[in-house]
Amino acid sequence: MSRFNEANEAIAHEIIARYPRPKSATIPLCHLAQEQDGYLAEDAMAHIAELVGITSAEVMGTATFYEMFKLAPVGRYVINICTNISCQLVGGEELLEHAESTLGITSGSTTADGLFTIEDVECVAACTEAPACQVNYRYQHRVTPEAFDTLIADLRAGRRPEIPDHGTLGATRQHISEDRVANITPPEQQVEPAWYAARNATGGESA
Amino acid sequence: MTEVPRIVTSRWDTLDAHTIDGYRRSGAYEGYAGIKAALDRSPAQVLDEVKAATVLGRGGAGFPAGIKWGFCPPGVWPRYLVVNGDESEPGTYKDRVLMERDPHQLIEGCLIAAYAIGAAQVFLYIRGEMAHAQERVAAALNEAYAANLVGANILGTDFSVDIVLHWGAGAYIVGEETALIESLEGNRGMPRLKPPYFPAAKGLYLKPTIVNNVETLSNLPWLMVHGAESYKSVGSEASPGTRLVAVSGHVNNPGVFEIPQGTTTYRDLFYGEQYGNGIRNGNELKMFIPGGASAPWFFPEQVDLPLEGRTVGAAGSMLGSGAIVVMDETTDAVKACLRVVRFFARESCGKCSPCREGTSWEEKILQRILDGHGRPSDLDLLLDVADNISPGPYPVAAHPDAGLDAVPFPPRQTTICPLGPSSVAPITSAIRRFRHEFEAKITRRNALPVSAAPAAPAEVAP
Repeated sequence: MSRFNEANEAIAHEIIARYPRPKSATIPLCHLAQEQDGYLAEDAMAHIAELVGITSAEVMGTATFYEMFKLAPVGRYVINICTNISCQLVGGEELLEHAESTLGITSGSTTADGLFTIEDVECVAACTEAPACQVNYRYQHRVTPEAFDTLIADLRAGRRPEIPDHGTLGATRQHISEDRVANITPPEQQVEPAWYAARNATGGESA
Repeated sequence: MTEVPRIVTSRWDTLDAHTIDGYRRSGAYEGYAGIKAALDRSPAQVLDEVKAATVLGRGGAGFPAGIKWGFCPPGVWPRYLVVNGDESEPGTYKDRVLMERDPHQLIEGCLIAAYAIGAAQVFLYIRGEMAHAQERVAAALNEAYAANLVGANILGTDFSVDIVLHWGAGAYIVGEETALIESLEGNRGMPRLKPPYFPAAKGLYLKPTIVNNVETLSNLPWLMVHGAESYKSVGSEASPGTRLVAVSGHVNNPGVFEIPQGTTTYRDLFYGEQYGNGIRNGNELKMFIPGGASAPWFFPEQVDLPLEGRTVGAAGSMLGSGAIVVMDETTDAVKACLRVVRFFARESCGKCSPCREGTSWEEKILQRILDGHGRPSDLDLLLDVADNISPGPYPVAAHPDAGLDAVPFPPRQTTICPLGPSSVAPITSAIRRFRHEFEAKITRRNALPVSAAPAAPAEVAP
């Protein structure tokens, strides 16, 4: 795996067209590749490089800065357990220990069946619902050890259909139809917006 | 207590407020009436209105939005508006709720700001891990484009602007505005050298760029509908309006609350029935973080301070991102300190040596103290490492019993951005107040017999 398939290449072109400069689409395209393959494959980075007009080394340079991009396959479900201060105060570290012993793996590794990866992560912004974790970036609130066990059993049994496989972020994509685009061009081609000049000159009247 | 006004949370109880119909039907103003009111005025008049209302930035620094907008150099085009939705400060949890529950309010705020500054395009940068917020904002943008509220000829007028949803991939430092711009250009998210201090001079693609926080922009529709005078009637004179605070940790009722700025005290938040409703199990308050993990800690003596930027700054900390973490008497100060420091060590981008090296040294020293392997010289060493990142007296709360005064905010720094200096906050706060706890862990180590065998790892097979 793999370059973008035909459908995803079309989505990639649509994403690139939303930016004044193609390189700005690098991170969204890395997500798209991860959605397709479950991780960010080398061939995918080469394809992204071709699409946005940079080298594959530059794509890798950007991707390796961000912890959500996995350059090797991970579990179908990546479980991010928050141990930062608000969660730590009410049992985040105990939850991590429980998860590690239940699944028999340490933070950062994947179960032998390829189902689960555990990560010890920084604040996931669910501080008032602590201890919190995310499964493929879907929130689980006030997770007791019992709730964690239920979560794992449900995931194994396919009872959590709202949680997609690892790689899919937002299930809804932005789409701008061609007739509704205002003005997306490279910065060199942009001038003062006509409405701005006109409306400041007339005190609010449209041109 | 008078009824708490709801400026940005007025739709939080409405289940379908995230849809365009729900947004128009509910809340403290009619949805998209704010941009209509703005379009009846000139961009300069809208800018003046926001300046008159003194809308302080809600991202952390508290800089007035109208003044920031005014920094765009005249005659340099295009200008960009970038929305900072990369909320990652530990304890902070307000922008995500605003994006999930009321995305149209944010979109309308973007339109008003874009109109006031003459933006060519808006980028709405949402933290990568917030999948649900991305879905809600994407769906709302699709609705708004279809309803002629975003894109070409908005509401049938000549005003046209695109709003593009962009999302990150996991890096706290991208919340720093120049790092966010680097990330938006497709690069590693490292802060840019200063000056220029504001990307209003040179930002995205080195063009004038305004970066505003999600909550800041979410205030604008209400402001446009009700006017600056009404806005200033809420809160205090220096800090008008409301603020979202997230109260977490050892309170009975943790939550995100909208409070009037400048008048509510920390005591109200911790003990008020409509807020935190007391410390768990009736325990005593030991310390609290008054404005995100980057803020120096406060203690019971500071609990009657109002949540007002200048007051909190003079008392040795900051309001920051409105994240308040409450710690009761059972909290281990060394452990809490280590956890916050470890955050900064993990999230350092590595650009500046004092932070890249210093934060991991701080973590290692604290870890060995906690593990019972601390050395008598470790506290001096820790403060020395901290002094290399943030030289001179570091902001800290007063300690009346010990006759120690407060050191006011902000700290000095040897780094490009405040991440490294922020790692010093828990260290100076905890050591000044709880030195005995650190020393107890260090001397316990010295009391161990030399021959004491290390504990065998539990998981080793026989």
